[in-house]
Amino acid sequence: MKHIKTLNKANLKKTATTGGCGECQASCQSACKTSCTVANQKCEK
Amino acid sequence: MIHKYKLNGYNIVLDVHSGAIHIVDDTFYEILDVITDEKGNLKYTDLNECENEVLKHFEGKVSKEDILEVFGEVKELIENDVLYSKDDYEQYANMMVASPIKAMCLHVAHDCNLRCKYCFASTGDFGKGRKLLDAETGKKAIDFLLKYSKGRRNLELDFFGGEPLMNFDVVKEVVEYARSKEKEYNKVFRFTMTTNGVLLDDEKIEYLNKEMSNIVLSLDGRKEINDQIRPAVNGKGSYDIIVPKYQKLVKQRGVNEGDYDQYYVRGTFTKHNLDFSKDVMHLNELGFDQISVEPVVSPEYEDYAITEKELPRIFEEYEKLAVDMINLKKQGKGFNFFHFMIDLEQGPCAIKRLRGCGCGNEYVAVTPDGDVYPCHQFVGMEDWKMGSVNDLSVDFEKKDYFAKSNVYGKEDCKNCWAKFYCSGGCNANSLQYAGDVLKSHKISCELEKKRLECAIMIKAAMAEEE
Repeated sequence: MKHIKTLNKANLKKTATTGGCGECQASCQSACKTSCTVANQKCEK
Repeated sequence: MIHKYKLNGYNIVLDVHSGAIHIVDDTFYEILDVITDEKGNLKYTDLNECENEVLKHFEGKVSKEDILEVFGEVKELIENDVLYSKDDYEQYANMMVASPIKAMCLHVAHDCNLRCKYCFASTGDFGKGRKLLDAETGKKAIDFLLKYSKGRRNLELDFFGGEPLMNFDVVKEVVEYARSKEKEYNKVFRFTMTTNGVLLDDEKIEYLNKEMSNIVLSLDGRKEINDQIRPAVNGKGSYDIIVPKYQKLVKQRGVNEGDYDQYYVRGTFTKHNLDFSKDVMHLNELGFDQISVEPVVSPEYEDYAITEKELPRIFEEYEKLAVDMINLKKQGKGFNFFHFMIDLEQGPCAIKRLRGCGCGNEYVAVTPDGDVYPCHQFVGMEDWKMGSVNDLSVDFEKKDYFAKSNVYGKEDCKNCWAKFYCSGGCNANSLQYAGDVLKSHKISCELEKKRLECAIMIKAAMAEEE
């Protein structure tokens, strides 16, 4: 493709079927305690 | 649905439901202008009709051949389900229900040795009188977590306050008790602490670096900024007391590996320091490379409050910070800024992203009296009390209420482009400032969206380097 560059593999939909184990960190426990940011969390799998 | 924007010379397109991020040229971007409606969806169901509209738009400006080449790439992305991909997540809403309780904010001290002017905990006592947690209640909190975490293996416990180091002996007793139960219950406790650092000494630093998987160290940035809003009880500033201690802790922590090397120096910015990128840079100059500086959340009448009026200035500052960080990264001097951290490949699964912050469902706060609240921000609001560790009770009606506060339970969120990155925002903020946990706190939303745009742009800039 000459007119676009895709930065990632875009596998979000796939993770909906394989995810949900609930073992990862509660988002509020990370650093903020006043907001909610989830995209910087790590998957435990 | 897509979200497209221009920032720092990049044309960025986020395909919301696949998570794909594309950097596109000007013609591609203009085509998207033509074929996208105001909600970010494709205007046309028929791609031939779509093509005709695009050709009409560019007629006389760009050759048909050139436009068809670019449009061919648009079509290819659509066919590969990475542009205007469908929202088929609602079918997973049944996975976003009641969860075991596996994370706890343990208020070991409802007392504090600082008098921060923006404190949501009323200078540490949450409006309920100064009190320390006793070891017996602390151990019951662990029993509570062991009981209600059911099959979850990884348990999190944040020592919080007030100021938790005012009750350090109890912290140690609770940790020892929890560790003694790990094997029997097949659990792993991850302890963290949020501290103002005043009481740190060599013994505590060594202990915390050994036992805490993450330490959040409060400091607002430049000395004059920090000391104006984070004075000690005697009115004097806290900067000179805490900075050397934090530097020592972080230096010693640097030798840890894996799960126990995490820390954040965490500040709050207010209307009084809208040039907060200088505070972030100052923290980095002090030698810290894990930094979080966040907007104050408060009623609008406070003199330091951030209101809608401040948003354009804050947006500008976030953009400045992002550009400054890119320049440092390119020189090999990069650092982490919590709200610009985004994992585009191995981040959390879609279920986690849609499940919400977890408060009152998988995450609770426990007071020195042993009362259970949905989270630390709810503590002191009597109506929201939802149990006690003393009799191991839980109000399951309230728990279910919070379980439903996932992204698809919130009208404002389910059609928002940022839903996979903020998880529906902070329920406590929504309740306090929007009147309902199922509504959204607009100022927080706008700030979050700007931070995400910057975070993605940083990725684009760094990808160009590779």
